[in-house]
Amino acid sequence: MKTHLENCGNWFLDRFPLTKLWNDHMAQYYAPKNFNFWYFFGSLALLVLVNQFVTGILLTMNYKPDAGLAFDSVEYIMREVPWGWLVRYMHSTGASAFFLVVYLHMFRGLIYGSFKQPRELIWIFGMLLFVALMAEAFMGYLLPWGQMSYWGAQVIISLFSAIPVIGDDLSLWVRGDYVISDATLNRFFAFHVIAIPIILLMLVFLHIVALHEVGSNNPDGIEIKASKDPWGHPVDGIPFHPYYTVKDIVGVSVFIFFFATVLFYMPEMGGYFLEHANFIPADPLATPEHIAPVWYFTPFYAILRAIPDKFAGVIAMGGAIVVLFLLPWLDRSPVKSIRYRGGIYKKALLMFVISFLGLGYLGMQAPTAGATIMARIFTAMYFGFFLLMPIYTRWEKTKPVPKQLTEQPTIEDRIPGWKATFCEMVKEVPIEKDGTTVMRKRPDTSGIINVLMRTAKNLKASLD
Amino acid sequence: MKKLLQICLLLLVPLGAFASAGIELEDADIDLTDHQSLENGAHLYVQYCLGCHSTKYIRYLNLADDFNIDQQEILKKVAPEGAGIYDKMLTAMNGHDAKKWFGTTPPDLSLIARSRGEDWLVSYLKGFYQDTSKQRGVNNTVFPDVAMPNPLWQLQGVQKAIIKTIDGREVITGLVITEPGTMTAKQFDKAVNDIVAFLVYAGEPAQVQRRSMGKYVLLFILMFGVIAYLLKKEYWKDVH
Repeated sequence: MKTHLENCGNWFLDRFPLTKLWNDHMAQYYAPKNFNFWYFFGSLALLVLVNQFVTGILLTMNYKPDAGLAFDSVEYIMREVPWGWLVRYMHSTGASAFFLVVYLHMFRGLIYGSFKQPRELIWIFGMLLFVALMAEAFMGYLLPWGQMSYWGAQVIISLFSAIPVIGDDLSLWVRGDYVISDATLNRFFAFHVIAIPIILLMLVFLHIVALHEVGSNNPDGIEIKASKDPWGHPVDGIPFHPYYTVKDIVGVSVFIFFFATVLFYMPEMGGYFLEHANFIPADPLATPEHIAPVWYFTPFYAILRAIPDKFAGVIAMGGAIVVLFLLPWLDRSPVKSIRYRGGIYKKALLMFVISFLGLGYLGMQAPTAGATIMARIFTAMYFGFFLLMPIYTRWEKTKPVPKQLTEQPTIEDRIPGWKATFCEMVKEVPIEKDGTTVMRKRPDTSGIINVLMRTAKNLKASLD
Repeated sequence: MKKLLQICLLLLVPLGAFASAGIELEDADIDLTDHQSLENGAHLYVQYCLGCHSTKYIRYLNLADDFNIDQQEILKKVAPEGAGIYDKMLTAMNGHDAKKWFGTTPPDLSLIARSRGEDWLVSYLKGFYQDTSKQRGVNNTVFPDVAMPNPLWQLQGVQKAIIKTIDGREVITGLVITEPGTMTAKQFDKAVNDIVAFLVYAGEPAQVQRRSMGKYVLLFILMFGVIAYLLKKEYWKDVH
């Protein structure tokens, strides 16, 4: 029996390079050994992608892409289908989790220069993935056919009509009707469940193949292939499997802990993951007083609204994504990692993060005069980060880059420090309770101020 | 750079100043494990709301199953006469008539608790006051110029608004009952709270199950995480 199985296995291996694939991409793919917290989000994005595929397939079994039935079919899934609520919440929470993970994954690229030579193509594939993901999320959001689904799609598709000359015909062609209607719902369904998932899969494949060709970047931003041992393996590299597979499983368990907390206790996330107005069926005759996209689109939506002219706003919104594609060629700094960059890039990156979060907040709020001015300042900061990059990255004084990976404290090493900081911020206070005095921990103002001052000082020092 | 930051901070101030003027929402006190409160809420809903508002995603059978109550009791105490246990909670009024009578079709309320929130619903049901300038003689503090008359006025009594002029604007600062209804204020609060509890249940019948199983899932993930962490430590102990 055993030899039979072995023969079958050999028959297969003689005809398919399974061993080679496994070795090239897992067991003998050498990754830098100093991946930190920021390096979990790539594998997490893959996990969420799988989650979206599996739950999406299950949802499709009961969902009806029909303007008259869609809303009811979603409620049918939530109430009548066994475990339908779980599957639906996994999918809706997964959508938000996907963007959270992808934004953090992209931020990792920004701080450690993962987009720089020779990894430009990985960045381009990644950006294409991001664009495909936005299309996937946008079209998926129409499917529940609630008020926000309907009017959000109405607002975004009407943006096409801002394009001169062909605009109106183009938006008509995209919708298949003069307003969002059954025709739009059906084509969005087709794109959401077939067309874009295929594109996403292909891009993930290209993204990973390109990554494994040049090798992973690392927090020090040096090429580990430059120093090899006598067997030809990078000195600072370790095989992806088993080292990073077991490490990523730890990341996965932390991630799904938070994911499950949201899923079981706050699936609406206070109206940010599932908007309140989306529990009202789509009504083409009643415009909601406040139309806001889901949180992950709000930074770009805020840029759109910040520009007074509609067409210019559309250009700016598109431009906000296009500049990201150009990043590898905008950055002229000779070093990759933020650890060895000068102060200018660090400060610029801080400003960029502030502007991105600020735009994200403003995109959710109703536009007022003050908010519009703020959005304009943030938009200028957003574009300034990218467009001034060729200038300021050339100016900055970089620090010498080491030849090999440096030793940095890991999360485990930092825990005693965090404990000490916590102890500094609380003090033991005697409290009378039922006649006996007990010592209880209470916040200590002077301790908190000390810690805050120290953190501020450290932050300032780290920006130089 | 510093100046810019200061300007940014200053500009953020008016954003926070939106804080609602006028009457604040009341706090609902919902306990979805209190089956008696839910049954009472469903009973009141059928008596006072179902005449116009359906909850079409709920069947009477769901109430029996989810509230742990005998089917016969649901049919006798909650469901309107003639309704079967498998019937959906539909209204007898047709939309065409409703449009003629009220100028709008009363919405289905299956998901009203999810779009409006429980606090809003409690405040809304308790927020009707006499306003002779309106066609139906009443207005509402949280939903001004609402088309719906107060369906619970017999229970609550007649309420009047206390209006004060603040900064040249007329602001409602509170409501006071001028003619008592069949219920005391405390009884009425409980009745409203029960109706809202039923609506919160109707918004997502699975929510009790969802919350109760959450802790076991989290506990499992936690144990899985500990094992994963120990495995990682074991593998990584020879990496320097």
